[in-house]
Amino acid sequence: MTRAAFAALLSHWVRNPVQLFTLLAGLALATGLWSGVQAINAEARASYDAAASTLDEGRYDRLVARDGAAFGQDVFVMLRRAGWLVSPMLTGDLDGVRLIGIDALTAPAGMGPVNLGGDVDLAGFLTGGDQVFANAATAPRLGAVTVLITPDLADDTAVADIGTVQRLLGRAGRIDSLLVLPDQPRNLPPLARIAPDLTLQPAQGSTDIAGLTDSFHLNLTAFGLLSFAVGIFIVHGAIGLAFEQRRGMVRTLRALGLPLNRLIGLMLAELLVFALVAGVIGVALGYVIAALLLPDVAATLRGLYGADVSGNLQLRPSWWASGLGIAFAGTLLAGGSALWGIARMPLLAAAQPRALAMAAGRRASFQLGAALVLLAVAIVLGFNADGLVTGFALLGTLLIGAALALPPVLNGMLAFASGRARSVTAQWFWADTRQQLPGLSLALMALMLAIVANIGVSTMVSSFRLTFTGFLDQRLASELYISTDSAEQTAALVAFAEGAGAAVLPIQSADLQIAGQPAEVFGTRDHATYRDNWRFLQSTPDAWDTTFAGQAVVINEQLARRGALGLGDMVTIGSLTLPVEGIYGDYGNPIGQVVLALDAFAQEFPAVEPRRFGLRVAGDPADFVAGLTAATGIGAGQTIDQAEIKALSLAIFERTFTVTTALNILTLAVAGFAILMSLLTLAAMRVPQLAPAWAMGMTRAALGRLELLRAVMLAVLTAALALPLGLALAWVLLAVVNVAAFGWQLPMYLFPLDYARLGGFALLAAVLAAGWPAWRLARTPPGDLLKVFANER
Amino acid sequence: MTLLIVDTLTKTYATADGPFPVLRGVSLTLEAGESLALTGESGSGKSTLLHLIGGLDRADAGRIMLDGQDIARLDDAGRAALRRGTVGVVFQQFNLIPSLKIADNIAFQARLAGRHDAAWCATLADRMGLTDHLRKYPEQLSGGQQQRVAIARTLAARPKLVLADEPTGNLDETTAATVMDLMLALVAETGAGLLMVTHSLVLAARLQRRLHLRAGQVA
Amino acid sequence: MNAKALILCLLPVTSLAQGFAGLGTEVDGFSTPAPDPVFDFPADHGAHPDYRIEWWYLTANLEDADGTPYGLQWTLFRSALAPYEADGWDSPQLWMGHAAVTTETAHFVAERLARGGIGQAGVVADPFSAWIDDSALEGDWRTLQMRATGSDFSYDMALSATGPLVFHGDGGYSVKSAAGQASYYYSQPFFDISGTLNLPTGDVQVTGSAWLDREWSSQPLADNQTGWDWFSLSFDDGAKLMGFRLQQTDGMHYTSATWITAEGETTPYADGALQVEPLLTNAAGVPVHWRLTLPARGVDVTVQAVNDDAWMTTSVPYWEGPVTFAGTHQGRGYLEMTGYD
Repeated sequence: MTRAAFAALLSHWVRNPVQLFTLLAGLALATGLWSGVQAINAEARASYDAAASTLDEGRYDRLVARDGAAFGQDVFVMLRRAGWLVSPMLTGDLDGVRLIGIDALTAPAGMGPVNLGGDVDLAGFLTGGDQVFANAATAPRLGAVTVLITPDLADDTAVADIGTVQRLLGRAGRIDSLLVLPDQPRNLPPLARIAPDLTLQPAQGSTDIAGLTDSFHLNLTAFGLLSFAVGIFIVHGAIGLAFEQRRGMVRTLRALGLPLNRLIGLMLAELLVFALVAGVIGVALGYVIAALLLPDVAATLRGLYGADVSGNLQLRPSWWASGLGIAFAGTLLAGGSALWGIARMPLLAAAQPRALAMAAGRRASFQLGAALVLLAVAIVLGFNADGLVTGFALLGTLLIGAALALPPVLNGMLAFASGRARSVTAQWFWADTRQQLPGLSLALMALMLAIVANIGVSTMVSSFRLTFTGFLDQRLASELYISTDSAEQTAALVAFAEGAGAAVLPIQSADLQIAGQPAEVFGTRDHATYRDNWRFLQSTPDAWDTTFAGQAVVINEQLARRGALGLGDMVTIGSLTLPVEGIYGDYGNPIGQVVLALDAFAQEFPAVEPRRFGLRVAGDPADFVAGLTAATGIGAGQTIDQAEIKALSLAIFERTFTVTTALNILTLAVAGFAILMSLLTLAAMRVPQLAPAWAMGMTRAALGRLELLRAVMLAVLTAALALPLGLALAWVLLAVVNVAAFGWQLPMYLFPLDYARLGGFALLAAVLAAGWPAWRLARTPPGDLLKVFANER
Repeated sequence: MTLLIVDTLTKTYATADGPFPVLRGVSLTLEAGESLALTGESGSGKSTLLHLIGGLDRADAGRIMLDGQDIARLDDAGRAALRRGTVGVVFQQFNLIPSLKIADNIAFQARLAGRHDAAWCATLADRMGLTDHLRKYPEQLSGGQQQRVAIARTLAARPKLVLADEPTGNLDETTAATVMDLMLALVAETGAGLLMVTHSLVLAARLQRRLHLRAGQVA
Repeated sequence: MNAKALILCLLPVTSLAQGFAGLGTEVDGFSTPAPDPVFDFPADHGAHPDYRIEWWYLTANLEDADGTPYGLQWTLFRSALAPYEADGWDSPQLWMGHAAVTTETAHFVAERLARGGIGQAGVVADPFSAWIDDSALEGDWRTLQMRATGSDFSYDMALSATGPLVFHGDGGYSVKSAAGQASYYYSQPFFDISGTLNLPTGDVQVTGSAWLDREWSSQPLADNQTGWDWFSLSFDDGAKLMGFRLQQTDGMHYTSATWITAEGETTPYADGALQVEPLLTNAAGVPVHWRLTLPARGVDVTVQAVNDDAWMTTSVPYWEGPVTFAGTHQGRGYLEMTGYD
């Protein structure tokens, strides 16, 4: 019994391979989209990590020569033998790539190329094998060395053993800095006794962008979930149609005595087989997608499939599990309702084959009700959401509610248009479109979610980019950063800078508790740098004037939120009590900040002596440094060109931003495929519906054109409805989820051109999807149309 | 021996206008190998009666003793087993499985019932004039041919009772006559009982007994 | 910053020990120990770069004025990626220093890594000096100075030998498996030691006895041997026992022992003479109570760790700590267990 029944069920697919293809392809695409997004997300994280580690070279204190020049490695050995835990570095330019030499044996954990496989030629790396690590984009630029690919390095950066770098740069025995490990032994002898020519350069604390990137990861995760939702709709559509098409067969099988539970078991088994097949194809597809989209194919291979086994072995099963998981979960979620429908389907309704429209019609009112409830919940949450859980609940109710509301809303719009139509063709067109709507609604819901996800995420990403750029400008506005050894050096620096027309901005801070929160107070000099670059979230008109006059302070958003401080509230700093007149965005900083006028700071914290300075230099910073060294003895080793770091980190971030554009196109393509699938499936039902119109004198070509027009029109309406929803999504991501997760709000910017382009892509997807079915329809042989009338009896 | 006893069977459907009693205490009997025509107007309940006897639906009250077993209250699985093994239904709409070849359609119910007999299937195909069409799909056959396939499918499983619901309702007159001849002859040969719903008094006259339903009761 | 594995972490794994099981791997180009060795001192106190692995391994049982026991370890491992030494960063000689202090309740560990060739670590035979960073063991082997620092401890010790060098196995040729894998192995087990432990709780003046092992080889283990349990026991009557048990993948063991009289006369015992049996494991599954029997000497003792948690949280983790024993004989010593991670 089981074999005969299973053979009958499967024979459907043998006879209808296109349906089998659309089902498997829909499932595989949804899985592929999910896997691809996961891979891209992982890649984004990897490139952020690379960006972070490049910046984190500044995380350690360093010993450098006072004159900034290189020094002999014997100094390194002397310090080590005296107990200092230091690690040598040598940096230079090789073929336009920044080559960093490290000593892996003494470097702090986490520095340098990572993820070496078990088969790494260690002897080659350490003992003159000229092995250099770089990412896939940088590797081709390095000529005569053995380049090993690692995704964990930033662009334009290569890392090798310090001995190798000395040889490649022709600087045998030289090093240019020593990293000072954080955990030093007790009772260290003073530096001046061992290496008097070296000076300690403190770590640069302010480049901590970890908080910022965490925020971005969270939002990319949200994108992953959205793509999951799109995928589920597609799978649901594909499976729903597959069951719909076999309704007749299912009834016959039951009428002939196949027990219901056996039938459902068989169909479930069939679904699981499909899920497995499509899941495997989908994960492979995700690999292709990620590989095609990402600049760094090797990195993706490693991240997604563990091709480069060691160190990443645990990733591989989890990727497969995640990909197959969504295939199975999506299939069961979608198949569950279909199977439920079959279980409840009365055996005898067979006598009256009903149109999809009727089935959906009954569902429509329930659907609209559910949508309204969900949207109402979303609105309530929108006003009250204050945590991650409520934030994600808001996301979920908003998106699902809106997706459920789409078919009834479209139906209403079509009914309205239908009522206004004058010509009989137009009337027929609107009415016929309404009749088509239920069959297309799942695909349209998927399209809308895809557009919504794209608008929301690209708004979020672009806002993030603007904010981040602004943040870097604010934080790294000075052309040069200089640290001094002593009060004498400070005085010399100030004297020289004034002579050279450069502004000296002291960077000095004191830690204390403000409004019950840990905070740093910065003493800041009045300068256009702050007025031009710092962005206030809220401020009084003359916030900087009053602040620099010592009559007020400005604080960062973290302190404002955590300390519940608003404009006009008073804060107490030591013996001072001053009003808050401005609140500025301070992305990525974990703790509160207060900016106080320099004089007031000096009075309040006389013990704090400024040793770090930002310098606004008009000309070439290098010329300034040369002059400074000649005049004061402050060497290049005590200066940092932050503009370079800024350019480097921006370039790294840029790589991830391009990924989202690719994702936009991808999700729309999948939604387009869903439309294609639905139209192809509906095509068979279309013939009887179109035959009367044809018989009454419309040409087949005209019918085909109308089919295309219908798809485009539905896509336009869907896109129009998706726009406000997408902006709402962006708002939730930026203003609710982000605040809940990290304590600051990313400002939201609007990008109308991007939205127009997205709309264009959506239309293109719809046209491409509807094109073939329309063309096929326009070429339906007249005999097939005639059959509609000749058939039966 | 009495194959079928239907005893004061009632069935009510819920409709938009309230409950509608389709069957109001119908009783009948059928001996083994006997053929009975059920006639009546549309809505008289004759198809519903057929469906209840075939285990396609459940009665509200009353008894259906088929082959010594009360099937009126069987659960889903029990009714499925009944449809598989004891009765065979010939539908007006043929209800062939479109994706299976004719040969597989003919053998299908016998396979479900676990009593497939290739020689018997070949005999049936031959008698039904389907031998040349065994490798075709249903959509390639005419309506008359499709109904012959459906009848062969039913008889291939050797049911004790054949239920036919307007089996020639979708066929033109000449074809209908041929199909009916074949069906009656083969059913008689297999010794199965036959209960046929028809609105045609001419067809009804060809069966051994006739029963007329009116408004859910035997007239 | 990436928290992924780093060359640093891989180094000891691939080279220094590849887990301890890696010691059984054959490597071409290196010299291998041969029977009937003739040692040349002080040259042989120095490094042998043409052998793959070598160590200077000192353990000490100490006590303070109150009799509170302490254990102390100072170790310098040499591991060669290739059988030669070279100047500068191209040197294939890698050095790993381990230092530890064990109290009844705490275990302090420090690890340092370095490359040969640049002067950060190395061993010079005459005048003898073994060092890595600021940790060093220096002197003429009659007397030695020893110091080491970690992030939370340091020590500074003076040692003075009261007996001769002793040679294990056949005149210093110590066989490690039935297949004939062997190392050169001698010890100076007769050190008096005194000095200062600098611990988080303050400075402690200690005295006691120390045992310095020297061993080098290129493939000290057979490829089916995965680790060892090594004992150095000092009997209250002045005699000493060195014994080890090598673990094999087939569940069998290979044992070897050297009986050392108070005067420094040695008797080697081949496989099977010494019997070693774990009695009780600590929470991590490492045996910390053992029964040792050497019937030829009438020895049947139960060995017990002073601190069960003397786990060395180093790149290649192992257990190393002071022990006491009782039974037919009493005394104290050191226990090292590898292959349990």
